[in-house]
Amino acid sequence: MSKLDSKIPEGKLEEKWEKYKSTVALVNPANKRSLEVIVVGSGLAGASAAASLAEMGYKVKCFCFQDSARRAHSIAAQGGINAAKNYQNDGDSTYRLFYDTVKGGDYRAREANVYRLASVSANIIDQCVAQGVPLAREYGGMLSNRSFGGTQVQRTFYAAGQTGQQLLLGAYSALQRQVGLGTIEMLPRHEMLEVVTIEGKARGVIARDLISGKLERHFGHAVLLCTGGYGNVFYLSTNAMGANVTAAWKAHKQGAFFGNPCFTQIHPTCIPVSGDHQSKLTLMSESLRNDGRIWVPKKQGDTRKANEIPEEERDYYLERRYPAFGNLVPRDVASRAAKERCDAGFGVGTSKMAVYLDFKAAIARYGHTHAIKLGTNNPTAEQLKKFGKEVVEEKYGNLFEMYEQITGENPYELPMRIYPAVHYTMGGLWVDYNLMTTVPGLYALGEANFSDHGANRLGASALMQGLADGYFVIPYTLGAYLSKEISVKAIPTTHEAFVEAEKNALAIIDKLFAIKGTKSVDHFHKALGKIMWNKCGMARNSTGLKEAIQEIKVLREEFWKDVLVPGSANELNPELEKAGRVADFLELGELMCMDALNRNESCGGHFREESQTEDGEAKRDDDNYSYVAAWENKGNNNYELHKEELVFDVVHPSQRSYK
Amino acid sequence: MSGNMNLTLKVWRQKNDKATGKLVTYPVKDISPDMSFLEMFDVLNEQLIVKGEEPIAFDHDCREGICGMCSMFINGQPHGPKRGVTTCQLHMRSFKDGDTIVVEPWRAAAFPVIKDLTVDRTAFDRIISKGGFISVNTGNAQDANNIPIPKPDADASFNAAACIGCGACVATCKNSSAMLFVSAKVSQLALLPQGRVEATARVKNMVAQMDEEGFGNCSNTGACEVECPKGISLENIARMNREYFTANIKE
Repeated sequence: MSKLDSKIPEGKLEEKWEKYKSTVALVNPANKRSLEVIVVGSGLAGASAAASLAEMGYKVKCFCFQDSARRAHSIAAQGGINAAKNYQNDGDSTYRLFYDTVKGGDYRAREANVYRLASVSANIIDQCVAQGVPLAREYGGMLSNRSFGGTQVQRTFYAAGQTGQQLLLGAYSALQRQVGLGTIEMLPRHEMLEVVTIEGKARGVIARDLISGKLERHFGHAVLLCTGGYGNVFYLSTNAMGANVTAAWKAHKQGAFFGNPCFTQIHPTCIPVSGDHQSKLTLMSESLRNDGRIWVPKKQGDTRKANEIPEEERDYYLERRYPAFGNLVPRDVASRAAKERCDAGFGVGTSKMAVYLDFKAAIARYGHTHAIKLGTNNPTAEQLKKFGKEVVEEKYGNLFEMYEQITGENPYELPMRIYPAVHYTMGGLWVDYNLMTTVPGLYALGEANFSDHGANRLGASALMQGLADGYFVIPYTLGAYLSKEISVKAIPTTHEAFVEAEKNALAIIDKLFAIKGTKSVDHFHKALGKIMWNKCGMARNSTGLKEAIQEIKVLREEFWKDVLVPGSANELNPELEKAGRVADFLELGELMCMDALNRNESCGGHFREESQTEDGEAKRDDDNYSYVAAWENKGNNNYELHKEELVFDVVHPSQRSYK
Repeated sequence: MSGNMNLTLKVWRQKNDKATGKLVTYPVKDISPDMSFLEMFDVLNEQLIVKGEEPIAFDHDCREGICGMCSMFINGQPHGPKRGVTTCQLHMRSFKDGDTIVVEPWRAAAFPVIKDLTVDRTAFDRIISKGGFISVNTGNAQDANNIPIPKPDADASFNAAACIGCGACVATCKNSSAMLFVSAKVSQLALLPQGRVEATARVKNMVAQMDEEGFGNCSNTGACEVECPKGISLENIARMNREYFTANIKE
């Protein structure tokens, strides 16, 4: 008997959430005032949850490791946010968004969760506009949309290439408003190091004040982890340098199951690695695939410059292989196709591990339409190019600038060079329909949970999910739990569970300092990243994964013998912070490989070389793997697999095709 | 590798907020022009760690110019010599072999140093909490397209909203004024119909908090606009001044 109960409400798919909302238990205002909620993380999910819960009357404490809540990495999301508004009258609907997301996720997501996500998507846009988020508009004053991968409608709302920034600042404003009203206590430069459980329920956290180094105990009737994804296990990723798995991993060690850890999204359009010094990778928004055409030379090992290669000698391989979706195939498909071309020797640039993303055709096309709009008769070629560039600049200006900063090349003149990079993790803490983990009172929201994107996330859906969880889901589902906790008085942090948890956190810090080894934390992080990227990256196979598991074990042992953490514990010590995070990545990495090894099928971002169709597409095995793999931590790096069978009542899984 | 550089760094080292700091000289060798400024610091820190010395503490996170966390004062300029970029987007190709580079933290009374190049910018958060928002609770907002906004207003609002809150404007200002930061938020919301409702209280409360935090006054030198990595315009300060005068007259 599985321990997993997803608690999906009864009833028809489209009625589940409506019915849930109207029947869920409520907490009266007087009781809310004495209920305390801890929110860890201040990104889209954390900030929106903290603000919404405080508005409702709960007492909220919110933690982030950055110097301000506004820095959370949601801020870096570029392209946009999906919503089933159908403002473009192109046939969009809640059902279509739901269907695209389930299909895009390669039928490894829960139908009921995804339908709820799609149905609240429109409310998110309304909420953000009401907050003063300046989303892009048309001349008539109405909101503008663009299209994104894996869909055939225009449902993506955006703010130039800074959508995440604008949405996060909206949520941050709402959060700071509550801070000003005294309903949220914001604790920046704090890192959560332990979840405190009492009688099986989450009752607080141990956090380290990163400036003083002091360990602090904080009580909460419930704890919400909104701590993002774990892509930095690969060392190089598009994540911020500080992004980490520590909060989720500590929760996992306290009993929260980890769902589908191997489901990693490799984003197809990133700036390629330039050298060993590289500390992170920079994404070029998927929105660029609206207008950019991806190609490689038809000739292997072609050394000519891009502009010297004539049109007929270019292979627009996505348009060739996937005529229906072309350059807008989902991310996993686009990434694998780029890898396939580069592995086959058609790659470009000095490393030959890159493909071109070309805006020449778009500049020409926009030049013509803009000339017509301006009433310019018989424009010269020069004028057309100028007009075209202006339109492209308005749409993607900041991305083009960013590209030029990093590479020193002008993408208006030369095609961009791009290559896939780790970007997002669909896996995360297993949660039920209420977003509660397997530890009562402990919730996971946003990228930190596993729930909505299956094995592959569609573009512009991460912002949607983070805000859906924080603004529109948790305000209802948390009440279902807290309504039964109203008689629980705040537990003093002198309780032995807090003492014990603090002791555990301190023991790890002491252990790290005691090693006094010879190698820096980064040395181990880079080594782990290489193992993960080579053996648990875009393509995985049984032999490689088994090797990776062994290599990680060895590396982990070496870490605990030879890492060098300078300085002391009672001060600002970034090396100590990194050491703790890498220690957790060294455990997670092994679990990711175990999960990837267990899942002997290809689905979404998880591509097992043993399981592919004749033309190299991912081949699912629904008979054997139509389940969520939820791993229980049994201590000492032992894990037990639990399965949540996925039931598809509405959408019928089929071989995903974008041809 | 050819084209790589040897440089001399003079870096501000300060143990904590109470200690006295000083510039310490570090030579760095074989720096690739493709490295970012922060990656060059990673190389230096790696050297320090292996030698058993304490690495330099500096703030950074996204390393793609949007989170606003990195904050180095390089050769007398916040975020270094290049316009329109943050420290993390500054690449070593902006320097020459043999250069001496002086790196200090943001300096302003309202941004106390925490350690080395790390400063405390929570004053900005406190200013936002006094009015940098629209008071709308979650739930039942009206349909987004029921609030049509002329494109020029929406674009101007967006341009103001592009502020990343890094504090370069304060660091470069001889008065340590936060006017560009505060006016960007005031402008973003003042330009939108949703934000007009609270415009009077917003500008007064935010300015009052700005003064309380110990930021200086604006004397219109325009250095903030020049150094802002996001190109936030001085027009915002003019707009905030108008909003502020109107608010006081209304009273």
